[in-house]
Amino acid sequence: MRHATSIRVGPIGFRIGSDFAAPIAALRALYADYPKSTIAHFSVRLPASAPWRWLIRPAVAIEGDYMLPDAAPLPLAQGLLAAEMAMNLQVALGHRRHLLLHASCVERDGRALLMTGESGSGKSTLAALLGTRGWRFMGDEFVLIAPESGDAYAFPRAISLKNQAINVAERACPTERFGPRLIATPKGDIRHMVPPADAIARMDEPARPALLLFPTFGEQRDVRPVGAAEAFVRLTQASTNYTALGERGFRTLTDLVERVPARAIDYPDSDSAIALVETLWRDL
Amino acid sequence: MSATRLRAPPADAFLICELGGLFALFHRPSGMTHLLASPAPELLELLGERALTRHELLAALNARYEVTDAADDLLDARLDELIAVGLVHAV
Repeated sequence: MRHATSIRVGPIGFRIGSDFAAPIAALRALYADYPKSTIAHFSVRLPASAPWRWLIRPAVAIEGDYMLPDAAPLPLAQGLLAAEMAMNLQVALGHRRHLLLHASCVERDGRALLMTGESGSGKSTLAALLGTRGWRFMGDEFVLIAPESGDAYAFPRAISLKNQAINVAERACPTERFGPRLIATPKGDIRHMVPPADAIARMDEPARPALLLFPTFGEQRDVRPVGAAEAFVRLTQASTNYTALGERGFRTLTDLVERVPARAIDYPDSDSAIALVETLWRDL
Repeated sequence: MSATRLRAPPADAFLICELGGLFALFHRPSGMTHLLASPAPELLELLGERALTRHELLAALNARYEVTDAADDLLDARLDELIAVGLVHAV
């Protein structure tokens, strides 16, 4: 690849190459504060989607060690999203060292709060906001659970804000650094936010999972306890490598849901969600 | 009841974890995870020890676990589910 960079996010190193300069330059700017990876666990490639797409309506294909055959190319202007999707794909399909949960995560006093839910549940936004309110941001996409200890490891990639979450984060975190606004992508409008400095500086520090939340945005405030069996089933669905890990995955996940209390929360806006989180955390 | 004998894999073919009254079960030979409610784990335990007919299984279930209200049709339904997911087979 003509242009390339290396990035380490938590324990995972990426080497990312592209035919185009722009996506690599955008990644370098967004990940300027991250350590360079000396080991590339995964390669990501963002080539021109066809030879003529180098010049005419330039578009990038999403490729890497792991690929989806039907992954549609994205316009060059959305190259940062292509990189994000390709990096996520490598982790989701290739990572085996930890049990991967599709969840956001924040930490306080060495203990981790894990939040998992459908796209639009607000887990990214909540983690981003908590990360600027006395919590350490550990990730908005994956949390990595170590099979040997049950500890949560961070994957604090640039926070991917979508649609109305962009305005919420811009208002709530005016001093944080943002990437360019990507308009009308297949996932709606996207803007990346660089996590707070301590999230990057301390990204190798694990935390002990202490609370598991299943948030739902847009409903009246409500809290419901979630039993271990329900949490187990929800998390098998939220894990991209549970099946691949076999017995290790089963032991890690059953151990997690046995020792960590779980709650489903409904919330109408981010302020009430943050208040709810603080109350639940205090009552642990 | 059928005289066909049924069998389940031995106990070491499974990892079982009780989760709030339900049982998460990892089936080592297939790598599949199942979530079971009682009396399915008890049926697997009994059929893992030796092959039994449905009639013998019902008697064994009553004797070991004192499941006095275990009805034939309930047992049949649970067994059919276990056979359908490949945890119990006819011998």
